[in-house]
Amino acid sequence: MPQTPQSSPLGLNTYQGPWQAQQVKHLLNRTLFGAKMADINYFSTKTVVQAVDELLNVPTTQPSPPLNDYTTTNVIDPNVPLGSTWVNDNTVDGTLNFHRILSYKRWLISNWVGQERNIREKLTVFWSNHFGTETEAIAYPTLIYKHHQILRINCVGNYKQMLRTVTTDPGMLRNLNGYLNTKTAPDENFARELQELYTVGKEGGTKYTEDDVKTAARALTGWRLDANFNAIFDPARHDTANKTFSAFYNNTTITGKTGANGANETDELLNMLFLKTELATNICRKLYRYFVYYYIDNNVENKIITPLANAFIANNFEIKPILKLLLQSEHFYDTLYIGCQIKSPVDQVTGFLRQYEIAFPDAITNTVDAYSLYNNMLNQLVSMGQNPVDPPNVAGWPAYYQSPDYNELWINADTLPKRNKFTDLMLETGYTKNGKKIMVNTINFVKTISTNPADPNILINDLFSFLVSTEISPTLKTTLKSQILLSGQASDYYWTNAWNAYLTVPTTINFNIVNTRLKSLLKYIMNLPDYQLQ
Amino acid sequence: MKRRNFIRNSLALMTPTLIGGTPIHVLQDHPLLDSATLATSANDKVLVIIQLSGGNDGLNTVIPISEYSNYYKARTNIAIPENKILKLTGNDATGLHPNMTGLQNLFNDGKLNIVQSVGYPKPNFSHFRSTDIWMSGSDSDEYLNTGWAGRLLNNENPGYPDNYPTAEKPDPLAIQIGSLTTLTCQGPTVNMALSISDPSSFYNLIDGTDATVPNTNSGYELSFLRSVAKLTNQYTARIKAASDSVKQQVTYPNNYLASQLKIVARLIKGGLRTKVYMVNYGGFDTHSGQAVASDTTTGVHANLLKVLSDSIAAFQSDMSGLEIEDRVIGMTYSEFGRRIKSNDSGGTDHGSAAPLFLFGKNVRGGVFGNNPNIPATVNVNDNVPYQYDFRTVYNSILQNWFCVSATAQTEILTKQYPTLPLINASVCGSNDKDSTFAKEALIYNYPNPFTSVTKIEFKTKGGHTLLQLLDGSGTIMRLLVEATYNYAGMNSYNLYGSGLPTGVYYLRLQNEDKIYVKPIIKM
Repeated sequence: MPQTPQSSPLGLNTYQGPWQAQQVKHLLNRTLFGAKMADINYFSTKTVVQAVDELLNVPTTQPSPPLNDYTTTNVIDPNVPLGSTWVNDNTVDGTLNFHRILSYKRWLISNWVGQERNIREKLTVFWSNHFGTETEAIAYPTLIYKHHQILRINCVGNYKQMLRTVTTDPGMLRNLNGYLNTKTAPDENFARELQELYTVGKEGGTKYTEDDVKTAARALTGWRLDANFNAIFDPARHDTANKTFSAFYNNTTITGKTGANGANETDELLNMLFLKTELATNICRKLYRYFVYYYIDNNVENKIITPLANAFIANNFEIKPILKLLLQSEHFYDTLYIGCQIKSPVDQVTGFLRQYEIAFPDAITNTVDAYSLYNNMLNQLVSMGQNPVDPPNVAGWPAYYQSPDYNELWINADTLPKRNKFTDLMLETGYTKNGKKIMVNTINFVKTISTNPADPNILINDLFSFLVSTEISPTLKTTLKSQILLSGQASDYYWTNAWNAYLTVPTTINFNIVNTRLKSLLKYIMNLPDYQLQ
Repeated sequence: MKRRNFIRNSLALMTPTLIGGTPIHVLQDHPLLDSATLATSANDKVLVIIQLSGGNDGLNTVIPISEYSNYYKARTNIAIPENKILKLTGNDATGLHPNMTGLQNLFNDGKLNIVQSVGYPKPNFSHFRSTDIWMSGSDSDEYLNTGWAGRLLNNENPGYPDNYPTAEKPDPLAIQIGSLTTLTCQGPTVNMALSISDPSSFYNLIDGTDATVPNTNSGYELSFLRSVAKLTNQYTARIKAASDSVKQQVTYPNNYLASQLKIVARLIKGGLRTKVYMVNYGGFDTHSGQAVASDTTTGVHANLLKVLSDSIAAFQSDMSGLEIEDRVIGMTYSEFGRRIKSNDSGGTDHGSAAPLFLFGKNVRGGVFGNNPNIPATVNVNDNVPYQYDFRTVYNSILQNWFCVSATAQTEILTKQYPTLPLINASVCGSNDKDSTFAKEALIYNYPNPFTSVTKIEFKTKGGHTLLQLLDGSGTIMRLLVEATYNYAGMNSYNLYGSGLPTGVYYLRLQNEDKIYVKPIIKM
């Protein structure tokens, strides 16, 4: 039994090994939220390089924006009718903003569930976690939407460009008090996280000083929000003195500027930060932990992190090239890493919904019902410990940064049973809104994922290889077949007969004979700890 | 120290073992209970249900000696030689398979009740469907998505599983061993049974071993997940403590069923307040080669019956040794019996009614009901018609063992059923009126065989009286009489043969707790 995590000696060379369901599923589990059978089949026909290229090819068109799903006799939105988008309508009405934030989260889940075959949604969640904004801190839903759109649009683009945009994004200015950062009362909040989280980081003993935080804050003074929530630079609030940094930054001095030129100090500050190799190392470590595994030893540092960071710098901080290197590397496909990631609640819930191809009502034509059902999913995520776009602190979710446990932090005696309850519930009753029901259709599911559901051996093998990433013992498979599908009988044909009887004569009783057994089997599989891994 | 290691180590302190494989699975939000105080409530009644999967051949289990020549004719290639049949004290008409000495001894000690021909109207010959019918307690053409024991436990624990376990109910309401969750204990919202889902995990728990994981990071995380999964099961510590507290047991035979029953005995003695235990033993689907041709007392079916008989005998002896036999009874059942006529491959195909065993100090010893009638000429599709609806057995357990009120009985079984005197009346302080089963003939008919009409005379003691005509497969063809008489005496009915194909039929009379079945022939 392994006593510690292990690292692979393999590096960033392009993977040359077999390209089968196991590897395809591994790639899709890490770049999408779970994989549908059709996704696995689709990418199985590609090479690893083609598959990675296609997943990294993020479309420029954006999902249609979140809609008003909240107008009732008690909640009146004067400017935005039910079913229309609120993203261009600023308001300070607390009730409306409360409902709009919920609407935003429901919409977000609809994008995850309905994601296309590219990395955008998964990567946007990474960047949301990276920048760690909270809805309560930004407060205005229009700004929340704008902030996350920056991340979505730039997700595989240029990191320098993204960070520059985020630095003076109204949402971020509110989130870390940048809009209150003035020469008379400097606010260090953003300047600190800029260095600690977004650029050079502190892992491995980064040596920027407390004075560097203060100095960076001074360079960033002057940004504020106008009455329409636009970010503007106010020279009157800008500290025009020179800013000199510590030896860590080679004693760089940013010359104090007056008037509109004061805003250029923001660019100069970022330029200085991007000269530090620690920045690339910090970002690459974070990406590695998100896409591969949290365990980074000297071996991973030398074989993966350093070359990846060098490539990041060489490519002028373009994100796509380093993700390509990582995701098509022989390191990534080492069996050591297959199925070793504990699913986040978003992975768990969204992945489940996609695996079972749970069909929600159309969010545009049937907004209220669709958003209501997405809200059920939102409540599940909250109860499992991941309220979307509301991480517990500015560093994001502890499961992505807290040494030494990392993603094990998602799992405890409270959350694990909730995960099991969720999958049980989706098999037993699901959720219903105005006659629209979301729940597992066991028959369609096994027809979709199994080559021959009439054969209990094939069915169980297919279910396990589709639903879990770990190896399941033949003993357990035999037990499940005999105890569940055969109800204790010795001969396989009893299941075959029951399945065929239902297909031929789909009476209620024939349906129930098959359905109850499939439900028990699926519950069992998803209650295995193995189902929590991807 | 890594927090993970801390968890692992503190886990090891609380309970010296880790469950291997899958955890015992209970869906609740409660912290682990203090396992220091295990309850010992000597008055709690326990039912142990032994499911014989596959459809046990009742006619070679409980052999109708009084019908021996027809029995032998119908299934010569598997018939047990008459001189090998085990005798039952005080009952010459009926005997047991030669391998069932254990149950023979129990019978002679007055601790075994053989209920004849238990089944249900309109028998279904599918394993799955008939198993579901037995587990749910539904009619043949009705679908119930809850189990009969699930409804019993839900009736007594209406809020389950919210806020369970409680101080009074600190243990699983039911435990299923050696099998995954079944319909029997399915309640309206959740399954009321704690299922030992991975058969090895339970033995791992009891034995203190751990299941292996692969030497990968996935294996590393899996062992972490399993340790948390174990923490989430608040019953684990109590089960382990109960099991550990029992140091001495009788020697059990070395087989799968006995090993399950041995654990059940420990858990009961160890103080769990669990009411229902379910164990499972499979392999009874003997379509071919059920007996060795050269010696029909040996073979697959003989081995199955030996395991069954020896295991129950050991369990009962353990109950006595552990001084808990006052509060434990057991029941066997199989989803159906098998055909009267054997097939050419030395086996028997799916049938309908079959005998059922109740065992324990508090069951009434004896043979309840008549031997099935075996016609001189048997067709391949002929079946043992049912004398007792299986739900009358359930109802008797509810009323006379669990002391459930009449209202609750009807709720649990969804309909009213008669109670049979199978359990000692003193248990629930009930006043069992009809303690002996009348062996007298209750139906006469003339002529027999008949072509156009036969006159049936039937005897009633008054009260609810039902007279049905069943075909050879046990399916109800006609309801002849259903009436409530306020007097005892003879009544008659003319049965016309038009519309009935020629063949063997059965008249089934049910008058309160009395049941009588008589074969008739239409020419």
